[in-house]
Amino acid sequence: MDFLSRYDLLGAFWVTVQLTVFSAIGSLVWGTVLAAMRVSPVPVMRAFGTAYVNLVRNTPLTLIIIGASLGLYSTLGLALADDTSGTFLKDNNFRLAVLGFVAYTATFVCESLRAGINTVPVGQAEAARALGLRFGQTLGIVVLPQAFRAVIAPLASVLIALTKNTTVASAIGVAEASLLMSEMIENESDKLFLVFASIAVGFVVLTLPTGLLLGWVAKKVAVKR
Amino acid sequence: MSAPSVLYDAPGPRARARNVGYTVAFCLALVAVAWFVLSGLNDKGQLDGQLWEPFVTDSRIWSEFLLPGMGTTLQAAAVAIVIALPVGAVFGIARLSDHAWVRAVAGVVVEFFRAIPVLILMIFASEFYFLFTDVSADSRPFWAVVTALVLYNGSVLAEVVRAGIQSLPKGQSEASLALGFRKTQTMTLILLPQAVTAMLPAIVSQLVVVLKDTALGGALLTLPDLLSQYKLIANNYNNTIPTLIVIAVLYIAINTVLTQLAARLEKRLSRRGRPPAGVREDHIEQQDVHLAETKTGDASGA
Repeated sequence: MDFLSRYDLLGAFWVTVQLTVFSAIGSLVWGTVLAAMRVSPVPVMRAFGTAYVNLVRNTPLTLIIIGASLGLYSTLGLALADDTSGTFLKDNNFRLAVLGFVAYTATFVCESLRAGINTVPVGQAEAARALGLRFGQTLGIVVLPQAFRAVIAPLASVLIALTKNTTVASAIGVAEASLLMSEMIENESDKLFLVFASIAVGFVVLTLPTGLLLGWVAKKVAVKR
Repeated sequence: MSAPSVLYDAPGPRARARNVGYTVAFCLALVAVAWFVLSGLNDKGQLDGQLWEPFVTDSRIWSEFLLPGMGTTLQAAAVAIVIALPVGAVFGIARLSDHAWVRAVAGVVVEFFRAIPVLILMIFASEFYFLFTDVSADSRPFWAVVTALVLYNGSVLAEVVRAGIQSLPKGQSEASLALGFRKTQTMTLILLPQAVTAMLPAIVSQLVVVLKDTALGGALLTLPDLLSQYKLIANNYNNTIPTLIVIAVLYIAINTVLTQLAARLEKRLSRRGRPPAGVREDHIEQQDVHLAETKTGDASGA
């Protein structure tokens, strides 16, 4: 086991966790905005939401991440970090990857939320309108809070998928777990199974409790009807 | 219902004026983003006709790069799903076995492969084939990608199969057992055929996932798939950004066709009065799911 101490496993998984957490927060926000657009009274917003979701969801994540690096940074010059700092490349690639994950994962958050909105009884929205609430109020105060409670389980699946998807960031050189795995395999090919097991266990440790915890939360907060 | 949505009233004069305001503001924002992107591309000369021309004028860009790449992508996805389906069926049925140890083993295997990223499996499979088999270096990435996709999607499909079988009315297996069918016969003749029809949309949706995941092999192993062609084309024509855009359009086109197919299958199947309940997490096309469920509960015999 001493060879494991030669590699910074915890550090690599820490990057994975950071990628996951930042992307999760971003995609929850952007996904909610997209869902609101798709049910909004403004036709242009509905059209944009639909087009965005259908285009981005059908693009491979790998292509989005590479596109973020080559397109946004190399071509459009969109630097997301201070380019005088010593860690510019590392920070910039990390943030570009987060941006790509947010753009991609938000489409799944949006679709889950829309399904959740459909599970809220029509009477709720009708009552809200009868009380004189506007669209923003109906959605924000009455419908979405109930929808969120209904979609915790699907959102947990999205979060777990996101955790696993962060490995794609290695395509633009973010030093997360899968990049470390490639490096370890290159140097220690005789310990292939040990390397695989240690990385796999890391991901199981990350994803399994997430699923169990959020499954429990989903049951706890589900709206009894 | 006269209103277009339950979420807002039919707009009156003030709401219409407000919506026009939102429309204008939103369009301006979109135009601003589009201008930033297009002017940025233009500054770098990425919109020059000569970078885009080859896609129309030079047939070699299609015959030597894009189409073979697309072929590899489709081939890897097809082989993976064809192997993953029976694997998924076996593990899905095993998870419903009467023997506790079979359920436990299948459960651990399925949960393990669902919990770890496909990319990790690909890297592992590639090295595994390199060390322990004599698969040639050329075809190693292909089989590594296929192996990883089979392991992952087999586990996902196992859950789909399990949910599909569990969603069938209990009377189906009871009636079959009462007629004297064995457990195997009940499963293969009665339950599985019905479950597979209900699962079809989920299976087609999974095909989209498989297709997108093959791109991992292109970027991080050396699979000569559609995505990986961007490097080769850019080397020859020096047009990275246009190539990436064309490749993205191709992926979107293929996947949109598959997504539409899944949606149409789902609509057709739910018209038969037996919605694939529990198979998919989201029934987006169905308005007011809670109402639909109470209705189909009685009409399931239709």
